[in-house]
Amino acid sequence: MVKKASPPSKIAATLPGAFLIGGLICLLGQTLIDGYAALGVEQKFCPVAASCTLVALAALLTGLNVFDNIAKYAGAGTLVPITGFANAVAAPALEFKTEGMVLGVGAKMFLIAGPVIVYGVAAGVLYGLIIWLFGLY
Amino acid sequence: MAKKQGKQTYLMQQCLTVRAWAAVGSKKEGQGPLASGFDLIEPDSTFGQDSWEKAESRMVSLTVAKALSNAALTYEDIDCIFAGDLLNQCVGTTFGLRDSGIPLFGLYGACSTMAEGMLLASLLVDSQTVRRAMAVTSSHFCTAERQYRFPLEYGSVRPPSAQWTATASGAVVLEEGNQPPYLRAAAVGTVEDLGVTDQNNMGAAMAPAAAATLRRFFADTNTSPEQFDLIATGDLGAIGSQLLVELLQRDGIDIKSRHTDCGLLIYDRQKQDVHSGGSGCGCSASVLGSYLLPSLRDGKIRNLLFMPTGALLSPTTVQQKESIPGIAHLVWLSHEKEGIL
Amino acid sequence: MSAIFLSYLKAFVVGGLICLVGQLLIDFTKLTPARILVAFVVAGVFLSGLGLYQPLIDFAGAGATVPLTGFGATIARGVRDAVREYGFMGILLGPLTASAAGITAAMIAGLIVSLVFKSGDKS
Repeated sequence: MVKKASPPSKIAATLPGAFLIGGLICLLGQTLIDGYAALGVEQKFCPVAASCTLVALAALLTGLNVFDNIAKYAGAGTLVPITGFANAVAAPALEFKTEGMVLGVGAKMFLIAGPVIVYGVAAGVLYGLIIWLFGLY
Repeated sequence: MAKKQGKQTYLMQQCLTVRAWAAVGSKKEGQGPLASGFDLIEPDSTFGQDSWEKAESRMVSLTVAKALSNAALTYEDIDCIFAGDLLNQCVGTTFGLRDSGIPLFGLYGACSTMAEGMLLASLLVDSQTVRRAMAVTSSHFCTAERQYRFPLEYGSVRPPSAQWTATASGAVVLEEGNQPPYLRAAAVGTVEDLGVTDQNNMGAAMAPAAAATLRRFFADTNTSPEQFDLIATGDLGAIGSQLLVELLQRDGIDIKSRHTDCGLLIYDRQKQDVHSGGSGCGCSASVLGSYLLPSLRDGKIRNLLFMPTGALLSPTTVQQKESIPGIAHLVWLSHEKEGIL
Repeated sequence: MSAIFLSYLKAFVVGGLICLVGQLLIDFTKLTPARILVAFVVAGVFLSGLGLYQPLIDFAGAGATVPLTGFGATIARGVRDAVREYGFMGILLGPLTASAAGITAAMIAGLIVSLVFKSGDKS
């Protein structure tokens, strides 16, 4: 009964936004990679530098109260790229500023991003154990 | 002394009137269809404060002050106030009333608090224990988001079943008197839980509680929906409203033609991005003050069952995957002193 | 010129498709955003571990590195390199070494932003 009354998200509306904006963010990432390469940054650091630039940009847009308005239309388009990670760090930092710099900003920064780091690292350690045990490296 | 009738209903024995009221809202409420009925629309949702919690408290004190000036009364004229909000330890209320000097009964009934406050205030006035009592509730979108969901700037996506917490507050002043609107009866709700666990679908979680209270009230008073012009639930939103109508239909009670929901009245769902409608303690309280009470006074509505619903969850119970219990309290407001019963 | 255009097109399409998967998860499951972020990073680690992600990076560039699966792939690559160099200790050294830049950038950017700006109401 509850299911019948609750409309699902408008699929037709959410998918193009996610694809388009997610794609554009990656395209921007690619131009940044090429740009850093053209500036003479060492090849293997270009993707990292590009990702960090996107992180800074997403954090800035979060501060300007713009990110959540883009995310409303983009959905996973802003969530899944590294911009989603940056927003997950910056938004709580900003929000809990009123509770102080240490227990507000410092602690709450990892409210959403903390689990991402924890389980990313845990998966990495598991993978490391496997390749070390079986000599797969 | 109010007379208890049936299991959960209290009939007032004195002639209780809502002497004055006030509704305060913010930007989004000011863009809604009821904007002109509000006493004050503050477009800046910080209310000039440096934290959201302080903003909500400021809103509460403004609402109480407004209701008192509408009643041509001062703080000293109020014997007690029943008040609550959605925040942990009800700090919106307590900090908002800190300087008022009014004896305070702090309440928590989630979004049903306005009816709970009016119910308790009316019992106290009806028993002639106190002469004049107030009820006030508030909710603020930003404080609710940061307590129950995500930081405001976090780009999460709200599903269509989600509701929008109103940044609003409403207050009433109750006393014995001879001017409509009158408060005729009230019914206290029971905690109902049909196992809905989705925090983004609270209307559905609260619909069973609304159905239970309404069913009980009609049975206790031996009345039927046709005898009332309007049954206004608090914040079931579009989905919960549909469920309420269906639940009651099963018991042979048809409220479809006279049911409305404050969450659907406060915003224009076509033009405003509020998904399933408004919610929050302040939603029903401000709709009461901006639209329902003025209509009752003018006789545009003659008999109203005002029944806000509350979702009794906390972030902890949600994380522990508990289902969401609901509660609904009912207040019968009327343009007439007598009749129906 | 057309090679550059093609690389942009590939980044756009592949990145867009990965986001599309995320959107489908939001629409059809009850996964919260935090869980989706976790799922993508962990998926990236394992896809990379199975040797399936590097070909995608070679093909789509930023289209594969910018989504959080790419972040996971970076962790996996860091672990592999560290185990190669340091043996067992590499298991502990690898994950955060490789992802250090991204995490540090997010932390510092978040800190600066919180110092400069205030959170605003939603509209």
